Amino acid sequence: MKFGKMALATAVGLLMASSAWAVDVKIGVLNDRSGVYADLSGEGSVEAARMAIEDFDAAGKGINVEVVSADHQNKPDIASNIARQWYDQDGVDAIFDVPTSSAALAVNDITREKNKIFINSGAGTADLTGKSCSPNTIHWTYDTWALAHGTGTAMVEQGYDSWFFITADYAFGHALEADTIAVVEAAGGKVLGTVRHPFPGQDFSSYLLQAQASGAKVIGLANAGGDTVNSIKQASEFGITQSGQALAGLLIFITDIHALGLPTAQGLVLTESFYWDLNDDTRAWSKRFAERMNGAMPTMVQAGVYAGVLHYLKAIEAVGDKESGAVMAKMKEMPTSDPLFGEGKVRADGRKVHDMYLFKVKAPEASTGPWDYYELMATIPADKAFRPLEDGGCPLVQ
Amino acid sequence: MFELLGIPPQALFGQLLLGLINGSFYAMLSLGLAVIFGLLNIINFAHGAQYMMGAFVAWMLGNYLGLGYWWALVIAPVVVGASGIVIERLMLSRLYHLDHLYGLLLTFGLALIIQGLFRNAYGVSGMPYTAPPVLAGGQNLGFMFLPNYRAWVVVASLVACFGTWFLIEKTRLGAYLRAATENPTLVGAFGINVPRLITLTYGFGVGLAAFAGVLAAPIYSVNPNMGADLIIVVFAVVVIGGMGSIMGAIVTGFGLGIIEGLTRVFYPEGSAVVIFVIMALVLLVKPQGLFGRPV
Amino acid sequence: MADLATADIGMPEQGPTLGMPRHHMAIFAGLFAFMLVAPFFLYPVFLMKVMCFALFACAFNLLLGYGGLLSFGHAAFFGSASYVSAHAAKVWGLTPELAVLSGTVVAALLGLVIGALAIRRQGIYFAMVTLAFAQMIFFFSVQAPFTGGEDGIQAVPRGRLLGILDISADRTFYFFVLAVTFAGLLVIYRIIHSPFGHILKAIRENEPRSVSLGYRVNRYKLAVFVMSATLAGLAGATKALVFQLASLTDVYWTMSGEVVLMALLGGMGTVFGPIAGAAIVVTLQNYFATFGAWVTVIEGVVFVVGVLLFREGIVGVLSRWLRKPL
Repeated sequence: MKFGKMALATAVGLLMASSAWAVDVKIGVLNDRSGVYADLSGEGSVEAARMAIEDFDAAGKGINVEVVSADHQNKPDIASNIARQWYDQDGVDAIFDVPTSSAALAVNDITREKNKIFINSGAGTADLTGKSCSPNTIHWTYDTWALAHGTGTAMVEQGYDSWFFITADYAFGHALEADTIAVVEAAGGKVLGTVRHPFPGQDFSSYLLQAQASGAKVIGLANAGGDTVNSIKQASEFGITQSGQALAGLLIFITDIHALGLPTAQGLVLTESFYWDLNDDTRAWSKRFAERMNGAMPTMVQAGVYAGVLHYLKAIEAVGDKESGAVMAKMKEMPTSDPLFGEGKVRADGRKVHDMYLFKVKAPEASTGPWDYYELMATIPADKAFRPLEDGGCPLVQ
Repeated sequence: MFELLGIPPQALFGQLLLGLINGSFYAMLSLGLAVIFGLLNIINFAHGAQYMMGAFVAWMLGNYLGLGYWWALVIAPVVVGASGIVIERLMLSRLYHLDHLYGLLLTFGLALIIQGLFRNAYGVSGMPYTAPPVLAGGQNLGFMFLPNYRAWVVVASLVACFGTWFLIEKTRLGAYLRAATENPTLVGAFGINVPRLITLTYGFGVGLAAFAGVLAAPIYSVNPNMGADLIIVVFAVVVIGGMGSIMGAIVTGFGLGIIEGLTRVFYPEGSAVVIFVIMALVLLVKPQGLFGRPV
Repeated sequence: MADLATADIGMPEQGPTLGMPRHHMAIFAGLFAFMLVAPFFLYPVFLMKVMCFALFACAFNLLLGYGGLLSFGHAAFFGSASYVSAHAAKVWGLTPELAVLSGTVVAALLGLVIGALAIRRQGIYFAMVTLAFAQMIFFFSVQAPFTGGEDGIQAVPRGRLLGILDISADRTFYFFVLAVTFAGLLVIYRIIHSPFGHILKAIRENEPRSVSLGYRVNRYKLAVFVMSATLAGLAGATKALVFQLASLTDVYWTMSGEVVLMALLGGMGTVFGPIAGAAIVVTLQNYFATFGAWVTVIEGVVFVVGVLLFREGIVGVLSRWLRKPL
C-alpha cells in the first residue's frame, strides 16, 4: 500500500516534471488494415512509426510520442471522419501514411482546415503536391507521376516502344494512363490502343486478348490493387507474357508480387522508391522490421512512414515545439537523411524527393529465397524522378 | 477476310468463347438460386458468400491438408452444402410461415457475417490458388490461345447444369421436388418428408454455388469479396430469365455471359452495366422474365 | 395503428386522421429539444451524421413500413443526391439550400424512372430489381467524369445560407441540418397519417382487395416510391454538405443494406423506429470503425437476430409494452 502510494507519487512527480520541459506529441497512423492495401501499409506502417520513435530515442530527448492508428477501409468518407475526430477530439498532431488517393485527398483537406500536419506515404495521387497541394502536407514516398515516368521512360529507352493500355475506367485510371502516354510519346514510343475496363473488374481476359491482338510490345496496366493482380494472373494464364509481350505495372507493390508468386509475376517491370535489398542500411533496417512483423519485409510505403516520422521528430526537436507552422517550415528547410531513402529534401510544394528505382521481377530460378524478388534495372536520380516544381500547378509555389 | 464492325472474326470467336466461360458462372449461380427459390421461396442472398466459401474451402484444403484441386472439387461443395443445411435447419426453417422478404433479409445478414469473418481472417488481397498440372497450359486454336483450365470450366459447368436439370426434370426425386413446390401439404400426405426435401434442396443449391467457387478459385484470386458484387449481377440474370424454369436459368446465364463478352469488345465502358440495361428492357417488355410464368 | 385518430392535438388541420397524438407530439418535441442542446456536449459532426441517416431511414421506412415495398437500392437515391448536391455547391457555387434542393430533385426524378420499372414486379423480385438498378447507378458513378471516380467530390464548400449567412462552421451548420431533418421527418409523418397513407396501408395489407375497391394500386406504389426516393435524396444531399464530400460509399449496395438494417432494428412501420435504428447503427459504426470488418460482422448478426427473434424492432417492442403506437 505504502509502496503503491510512493510509486503513484513518483509517477505524478515525473509527469509533472516531464510536462515542464517535454513536448507531448500524438501521431495517428491512418491506413488500410483490412482491405487490398492492408499488407503494404496496415500494421506494418504502425510498427515502422514505432521503430522511428525508438530509433530517434524520442523519450530520451524529451518528446513524449503517443501513436494511435485506425482503419480507413480505403474510403474517403471514413478517412475524413476519423481525421476530423482525431484532430477535433483526440488531440492528434499529425497523421501519417493514408494509402488510397481518395482518402489521402480527404485527409489533406481536413488537415489544412485544422492546421495540423499530414505526411502521406501510401497514396499515389500527384495532386497532393499539384493542384490540391497544401502548406500542411508532405508527400513522402512516391506518386503516380514518378511511377509513370520511371516505368514509361525507362522501358522506351530499353526498346519497348509500342504500348497498349488496359485502364481502369475511372478518374484515377484515366490520369495514370494520360501521364504514361505523355511520357511514352515524349520518349519516342507510340501508343497502339487503349481499352477501359469497369472498376472493379474480375475478368480481364477479354481486354488482354485485345491487347495481344494489337501486337504492342508492352501492355501497360493503368489500374490498381486487385485489378492489377488479376490482370497479371490472367496474362500469365493466357500465355501473353510467355509469348513475348511485356507487362508494365504502373501501380504495383512488392506485396502484390509476393501474393502473385514469381512464376506468375516474373518479367514484370515496375518502379519503386525503396527495396529492402538495396544496400547495407536498408538490409539492416528491413531485417529488424521483419523480426517484428513475422518475417514480412517492409514495403516502400512502410519505409516512407518510418522516414517521415523520423524527419517530423527531428523537426520538433530542432524547433523545440510542435506548432504546425514552425515544424512544417523546419521540415522543408532541413535536408532529410535516413537509412532508407538516403539524403533528400522536402520541396516547397510538399514533395519529398529522392531516387526512384526501376525493377524487374526475377524469374523463379534466379530468386534465392522468400522476398528476393527484384533485380535493379535502373536508378532514376532524384532530380529526374519527380515532377518539376513548376509543372505541378501547385498554388503555393506560383 | 471480312471484318465485322472493325473486329476481325477470329477475335470475335475468341471473345464469344470468353463470354461463354463467364456465362458458366452466371448459369451455375442463377441455377442454384432458381432451385432454392423453387422449393423454399427464398432468394438466397448468401449465395455469393457461399460461392466465396467454396473457393476458400478449396484453398484451405490445399493449404492446411495438402489436398489438391480434384479433392476440393468434391469436398468443398459437400462442406459448404453441409453448412447450408445447418443454416436451413437452425434459421431459415423458422421463416417459412412469414413474408418471403424476411428470408432475403436473413440471408443478407448471413452474407455480411460470412464475408466479414473471412475478411477479418484473411484480409482482402486474395490468396493464390493454382490449377492442377493436368489442366495447365493451353491450346492454340488459331484465333486464340485457350487455356485448358478455361475449357474445363465450360465443360464442368455444362455437366453440372445439365446434371441438375436432369435430376429435377427427369428423375423420381425431381418429380417429388416439383410436386412439393406445387403443393407441399399434398406431397407430405403421400408420406414424403417434405421438410427434409427442403433441407436437402437448400444444401444442394448452396453446394452448387460452392462448386462454382472452386471452379473460379484458380482463375480469380480467392478473395472474401469475390462473391459480393457477382451476386447482384446474378440477381439481374435471375430477373431477366425469371425463376420459373431450370432450363431458363441455364440458358439465360450462358446467354448473358456471351452478351457481356461482346460488349467488352464493342463498348468496353458499358460492359459493367449491360446486364442491368437488359434487365430494364425485359421489365418493360415482359415483366415476368423471359422464361417466367405470368404472374 | 388504427387508434391514431383518438388523440389529436396541436396540428391546425382537424380531420379525424390528420392530427398528431399527444405522445407523438411529446416525443417530437423532446427529440427536438435534445438535439438543440446536444451539440454543446456531443460531437456535432457525429450528431449531424445521425440526423442525416435518421432521415434516410425514415424515408426508406415510408416505402417498406407503410408501402410494404422492400427496396434494396435506396443507396441510388441517397448517393446520387449527394453527388449532385456536392457538385452544385462546389462547381456551380450554389448556396447550400439550393444545392440540397437540386440533389433532392434529381433523386426524385431517378425515383420516378426506377420506380416505374421496379413496381412492375412484386415481392422479392422488386427487391432484386431495385438492387440491380442501384448497382447500375453505382457503376455510372464510378465512371462519370463529374463524380471524380474513387476520389468522390471533395472539399465541398458549405457556403452561405441564402447567399447571406455564413454557416460553414460545424456549430452553425448543425442548425441547418437540424432544420432540414425535422422538416423532412414531419413531412414523412404527414404522409403516413394522410388519407394517402391509409390507402397505402390498405394496399400493403391486401393488394387484390384494394384493386377491387377501385384504387389504381400501381399509381399509389409509384407515388410512395417517388416520395421515399425524394426524401432519401434530401438526406443524401444534406450529408454531402455535412461531410463536404460525396463518395462511392453513398451509392454502394452496402449503404442500401445499412438503411434496411436501421429500419429493421428500430422497427419497420413505426414512426420513431428508424430514428432509433439510425442512431444505434451510426454509433456502432463510429465506435467500431477502427476494428476492421467487425462492423460488417456485427451488422450481419444484428440482421440475423433481428429477423429471427426481433422482427418488431426496438420501438416496435416498446410500443407493444406501452400499448401505444410509436
